[in-house]
Parts: sequence; structure tokens; C-alpha cells
Amino acid sequence: MELVEAIILSVLAASTPLLIAATGELVTERSGVLNLGVEGMMIVGAACGFGGAWLTGSIFIGALSGIIAGTLMSLIFALMALGLAVNQVATGLALTILGIGLSGLIGAGFVGERLTPAAQLHIPGLTDVPLIGRVLFGQDAFVYFSIALIIGVWWFLYRTRAGLILRACGDNHVSAHALGYPVLRIRTLAVMFGGACAGLAGAYLPLAYTPFFIPGMTAGRGWIALALVVFASWRPGRLVIGAYLFGAVTILQLHAQGWGVGIPSQFMSALPYLATVVVLVLLSRARTGGSTAPAALGTAFVPDR
Amino acid sequence: MRKSLLALAAGLLLAGSVSAASAADKLKVGFIYLGPIGDLGWTYQHELARQALVKEFGDKIETTYLENVPEGPDAERAIEQLVRAGNKLIFTTSFGYMDPTLKVAKKYPNVHFEHATGYKRNANMSTYSSKWYQGRYIQGLIAAKMSKSGVLGYIGSFPIPEVVSGINATMIAAQSINPNIKVKIIWANTWFDPGKEADAAKALIDQGADVIMQHTDSPAAMQIASERGKLAFGQDSEMIKFGPKTQLTSILDTWAPYYIARVKAELDGTWKSEDTWGGLDSHMFAMAPYTNMPDDVKKIAEDAQAAIIAGKLHPFKCPVIGQDGKEIECKGGANLADGQILGMNFYVKGIDDKLPGK
Repeated sequence: MELVEAIILSVLAASTPLLIAATGELVTERSGVLNLGVEGMMIVGAACGFGGAWLTGSIFIGALSGIIAGTLMSLIFALMALGLAVNQVATGLALTILGIGLSGLIGAGFVGERLTPAAQLHIPGLTDVPLIGRVLFGQDAFVYFSIALIIGVWWFLYRTRAGLILRACGDNHVSAHALGYPVLRIRTLAVMFGGACAGLAGAYLPLAYTPFFIPGMTAGRGWIALALVVFASWRPGRLVIGAYLFGAVTILQLHAQGWGVGIPSQFMSALPYLATVVVLVLLSRARTGGSTAPAALGTAFVPDR
Repeated sequence: MRKSLLALAAGLLLAGSVSAASAADKLKVGFIYLGPIGDLGWTYQHELARQALVKEFGDKIETTYLENVPEGPDAERAIEQLVRAGNKLIFTTSFGYMDPTLKVAKKYPNVHFEHATGYKRNANMSTYSSKWYQGRYIQGLIAAKMSKSGVLGYIGSFPIPEVVSGINATMIAAQSINPNIKVKIIWANTWFDPGKEADAAKALIDQGADVIMQHTDSPAAMQIASERGKLAFGQDSEMIKFGPKTQLTSILDTWAPYYIARVKAELDGTWKSEDTWGGLDSHMFAMAPYTNMPDDVKKIAEDAQAAIIAGKLHPFKCPVIGQDGKEIECKGGANLADGQILGMNFYVKGIDDKLPGK
């Protein structure tokens, strides 16, 4: 039983950065903007998050630094892709390359330092309940925040007028513009939200997951978050399933190797990708068919004045 | 101009960076790095050796490095860039640069190349590597002495001979202390992903391992072991900062003596293509101080180290028994031949796991 609890705890820790980054990207893409720079925004968030926490000794300020850094990175993207209508794919890729280089520069002074990781909740009595105690009541603030975040995003997108307008911008920016909505302003805000989430997801790595900074420590998690958004067919509910499933299979395959199951490790390492793709594709096939992508995704909008 | 060209090339290679100082008539020495110089592991140790070169030879040489160069065909452009920038001696510091280095070496016969951990050579291309399995043997002795649960946790990168021979050397040593010792092996299938390395360490500890060994590059596993109050060995670099009460020792890649010798040969005009495979005796690597263990364990480790240096102890002394209980053919007289170790693709007896791909 202790092992089951330990596995669930590891899964939550591994899934949280993916969920946070993917939530942000989902909102960005729902507004019709494809920002491929998630990895770049994440790694800068990781460097600044660690720096902020290391200099001040406060995990909260670290998280805040990560959010601000991610947002600033996304503003570069907004300026290029929205302001100047530069190709979004190229701009996003450039943002990732910039981010990887920039984070190495920012983090150069912090390499080799270590932090006390983010504190975990402890409610006497509740946290000590076997099996579910630590899972439900013993996490760090990032985990609870990530769940609140995705619920908030779902509510915003499907239950508020502002969310409807944002989705309208993503599906048909010409109509949204004709109705008098400021498409570019809305998209800029959506891109900034995506950047803030990516920055926070990046900051989670050195603040809670592995409490030190090393260049390149995101190791492709930004790309996985991007893929999750697509395979979740831009729906928050499926995104949660996808993120936790990916995390769960990642951890389980490590355990399976430790038990000596005898399946080649190369296959095991590919399993999280396979399982997530298969499950999410099946989920989207089960419901109504047809493409669920925001219709205007990735297309530039230049308003005629 | 040259500097900006190089910077441009580095930028194309995904966020590289470049350091160069311009001057004429100096021997130009170039380096290709796999990771960032701040990786605290593999690349960092090569960078330390480069700095040692600068200190040793001062303004007689000029060094340039390109970091974050991906293995494979992309590396060829980076190596060629260094050649065009006038570097006469070029160190390519990862296994995956083997074919690109050879290709460029054949194209520029007047430039000398040094490739780390590979096996293909040319008249102007040397190879160099270390007998890390000697260090793994010492770690195996310590691990078996220090483990209370009798289960060791081993995080592998890829199932290549270098890593497999490390696991085998560890287990041969560990069994000499405790014949019933077990090892759990998890392949991360990456050299560097701190999050995944941490997850692997957690899984191993959750499954009962109390001494963690790694053949991946980040200090994540050390940090997790420290958090959980277990013991661990570092890799490539000194990692005691991440586990002051956790690190038992660490295999330290000390490339400086070799690099200094090769640059000296180049300056003297005596450089020739060689195959160097050095161990503890030739200072190709060193063991970090033995810490967090009682004196008797420390003595066992120190004695083994002295015996290996003196040539009295060989980790793969025959008979070596394979997983199936059969004796491995002994091609090197009293010990396994170097070729058998460099191409090792089997587990020794006592490992209850299956080698991937076997």
C-alpha cells in the first residue's frame, strides 16, 4: 500500500508541470494563436524562478519571478506574431531557441546552488490517513494551484461571456472583429496567459521537483505540453486526463523496470507517448467526429482600419 | 568577423555560445561540447580541463569551444566551422561525434582531431577514454558494505557497453562482500533529464533500494537520495553539494593531464594518432574523497584503489560468470581482454534483470 501511495505521489509531481504549461497553451490556442515557444518560456521561467527564490529565500517570489519571466517572453512573441503578423510557427520556434540560450545566461550564476524545495501541506490527522492522506492533503501549493487553474479555465471558456468571445476570436477572427471585439488585444492577453503558465510550469521544476537549476532542465517538457493540447482536442477535461496519464505511465514504466518485467526499456520509455496518444485519440473519436481545432488557429489577423 | 560567424553558427546549432580571443601565431585548440558548460557533469569536466590548458600554456594557445552541439550529422558542420576558424587541434567530446569527426578528419589531413570514447581512428584522429569500470568496482565494494536492505538501485542511461561494464563491475565487487546482494536497474534512456532521473531514483528507493548509483549526468538522483535519507554515488563531477550526508564518493572525470599532454605534443610537433584508454593509474579519472562511511569501509575502498593502481586487482579477473551460469571465455589471459570489456553486452551472474535487446 505504501508503494501505491508513493507511486501516486510521484505521478502528481511529474504531471503538474505538464498540466500547468498545457493549460496556458490551451487558452492561447483557443484564441487562435499557435505559440510553439512553450519550451523556451518554460526554461526561462525555470531560471528566473530559481533565481528569484535563491536570492530572496522565498518560494512564492520564485514562482512569481517565473510567471513574470514567462509573460515577458510571451510578449516578445505577441509583438512579433500579433503586432507585426510574422509567421507564428517560425516565431514560436525562434522563441524556444532564444529561451534556451537566455536561460543559460540568466542561470549561469546559480548553477550548482541548491534550494529547500516548496513546503508540502500538512494537516495533522488528515495528512496521516494511509494511502489517500498525503495524496489529497500533503501536496505543495503548485499541485493544488494547477487543479484550480484548469477548473478556472474550463469555467472561463464555457461559462463566461469573455470566454465565448475568446473562442470566437479563435474560430473566426474576421467575424469577431466585425462584431466590434478587439481581436488583437484579446489574443495578446491569451498569449500572455500562456506565457505566465509556461513560466510557472518552468519554475515548478527548480522550486519543487528537483530543487536546483541546470541549463536545459526542462528537457522537452514544453513540447510534450504542446502535444497534449492537440491530442486533448483543445478541451480542458481531456487535457487533465492526458497530463495525468502521461505522468502515470512515465512513473509506472520506471517501476516496471525496477521490478524487472523484462520488456525492453526502449519500448518502456516510448510507452507514455504511445499510451497518451492512443487514449486521447480514442476519446475524441468516441464523441462527434470532425476537427475540433480552433478554425483560425495559427493564422495571422491584420485588421482593416 | 570570424567571431560573429562562429556565433552565428553556434546560434544555428540551437543556442550554442562561443568564446574566442583573437591573436595570430598561437596554436588554436577547439572543443565541441555536448551539453552546456554548466551541466555540472560531463561537459563541465571537459570545460575544467580546457581551463587547465589555458592556465598551463597561457598565450601560447588560443582555445574556442562550441557548447550544446547535438550528436549526429549536425556536429559535422560545427567541427568544420572550428577547422575553418583555424583550429589545428580539435577535441570532440562525446561518443556520438565519432562519424562526423572522422569525416571532417579525412577532409582536412593537416588538422589533428581527438575524439572521446569512440573506436574509429585515422592518421590525424586519436581516441581517448577512461576505464571507469575500475571506479565502479570500488563503488560496488562500498555499496555492498553500506546497504542495509541488500538492494542497490542503479540508474542507467543507455544499454551501451560502457554502462553495462559499469553495472557488471559494480556487481562483481558487491558480491565479493555480500553474495546475496541484489541490484535493481532502471534505464532512463537519456543522459540528461533531471526530472526523469529524479523519478527513477524515487522509484528505486520506493522499491527498497538504499544505495543509489547513476550513470546519467545530473545531480537529481543524489538530491532525491539526500531528501529520503539514503546513500548515493555521484557521476562525472563532485556532487557532494547536493548530498553532504549522502555522497559516498564520485567518479571524477579528470581530463586535464591528458589534454595538457596532447597540446604539448602538438606544440612540440610530436603529435601522432593514438588510442588512449587510461585508468586510475594514468589519472584519466579520479575518485572523490570517500565520505559518509565508517573507517573500515573507507579502508576497503582505499586498499582496492591502491591495488587497482598497482595493477594487482582487475575487476574482470577470470573466471567471470555470465547470467546463465556459464563462464565467459577469457581472452585476455588472467583477465577479460580489453576488447571484451569495450564491447560488453552481457550481465554477470546475480543480476536478475534482462539486458535490453538481449
